[in-house]
Amino acid sequence: MLSKRLIACLDVRDGKLAKSVKFVDTKDIGDPVEKAREYYLDGLDELVFYDITASSDRRNIMLDVVEAVASQVFIPLSVGGGIRSVADATDLRLAGAEKINVNSAAVLRPSLIAECAEAVGDQNVVLSMDILHVGRSSEIPSGYEIVINGGRKRMGLDALAWARSGEQLGAGELVVNSIDADGTKAGYELELTAAIAEAVRIPVIASGGAGQPDHLYDALTVGKADAALVASMVHYGEYKVSELKQHLHHRGLKMRMSW
Amino acid sequence: MTFIVDYDAGNLRSVQRACLEVGLQAQICADPDRLRRAERVIFPGVGAAGSAMRSLIERGLDDALREVINAGVPVLGICLGLQISLAHSEESDTQTLGLVAGEVVRFRFDQPELKIPHMGWNEVRPVKAHPLLAGIEPGDEFYFVHGYYPKPAHTEDVFALTDYEHEFASAIGRDNYFGTQFHPEKSGRVGLRLLNNFAGWNGQC
Repeated sequence: MLSKRLIACLDVRDGKLAKSVKFVDTKDIGDPVEKAREYYLDGLDELVFYDITASSDRRNIMLDVVEAVASQVFIPLSVGGGIRSVADATDLRLAGAEKINVNSAAVLRPSLIAECAEAVGDQNVVLSMDILHVGRSSEIPSGYEIVINGGRKRMGLDALAWARSGEQLGAGELVVNSIDADGTKAGYELELTAAIAEAVRIPVIASGGAGQPDHLYDALTVGKADAALVASMVHYGEYKVSELKQHLHHRGLKMRMSW
Repeated sequence: MTFIVDYDAGNLRSVQRACLEVGLQAQICADPDRLRRAERVIFPGVGAAGSAMRSLIERGLDDALREVINAGVPVLGICLGLQISLAHSEESDTQTLGLVAGEVVRFRFDQPELKIPHMGWNEVRPVKAHPLLAGIEPGDEFYFVHGYYPKPAHTEDVFALTDYEHEFASAIGRDNYFGTQFHPEKSGRVGLRLLNNFAGWNGQC
């Protein structure tokens, strides 16, 4: 039986961890490689790097980070942020990323999913979806709408319909990121996560809103997610990766407990 | 020299990096003549069986692989590299290398909650001792990504089992050949241990 996965997401800007992320151990500040290594040794199941660099030479900087992390961290590594073409995807794969995350660019040009799936394999393309609760309407029957550009732009696209399209286009996995829950620390958007998990046959990763270990438990049970993604919960030193896994294990979920 | 067979099927450098972590220098190799001189071979692979077999044949790597295996060189197949070592794959109805008797079939489930591919961490339960599984304990988990699974014809070729709705062979072997359905290069400490075991393996079981 598969274990549920704990995934940590690190935002990287100009090759360094984004300034919004503060760490208890000051020697680690700014070094994504050190942080990745620390989580890996503490039992993390999968790592996501999200490139939020704005400058034009971003690609090479990110490739160096991925390359450095991939030489030291031997778990699946997923990279996202600004992937617009198959060339972006294959470069990141060569640098050592196992999985490629597409988001806004795929909403604007859905065939990007199929192109990436063809180039790097279905199972390695992750479709990240930023989703806003807008209430049911004829245009948005599920009441959940896809947004892009960090939640600023509404796309008039139903989240459930987009999840199904993503699966058909060849995405191997979906990240369900609730813009409403993100940053609240009040828990994942369970209703949305469950609705999407039931609508597709590919794994679903819950994202946005985690503040307590029980939130992860809820996402993996009520929310029917296969994996839970955390960021600030572990970055600020509030919880250790191993503590979260212990908690979920004690509550009866199958987790990978030896590493 | 240890060679990693390059037939355009996936992330060879992940395997190379993990080998380096356990002190095994491995070169990526697409040349059948160089492959014939290998002391040790890793046959990885991600992707579809049909295109992988075509690519192997085009490069003449299929014959080279058979030769090194017949010569007793230790060979480790990973994921698609394992699947191709069997005789037939249901994926695009492909004739494969036939190094180990058996076939590769697709997971089929009625329950929608069982996702395909089988992706994530799952337990690998050794059923028989093998030098490559030394130090792997019951309960140790490895990383899997696959929609098809191996069905070796002979139970004596099965070295470990994994459950995904039903049991399947997650590690198989015959003489100097060993194959894992999981990815040791992405499986943390236990995966590195298996690669370390391979680095020191003389091909005997």
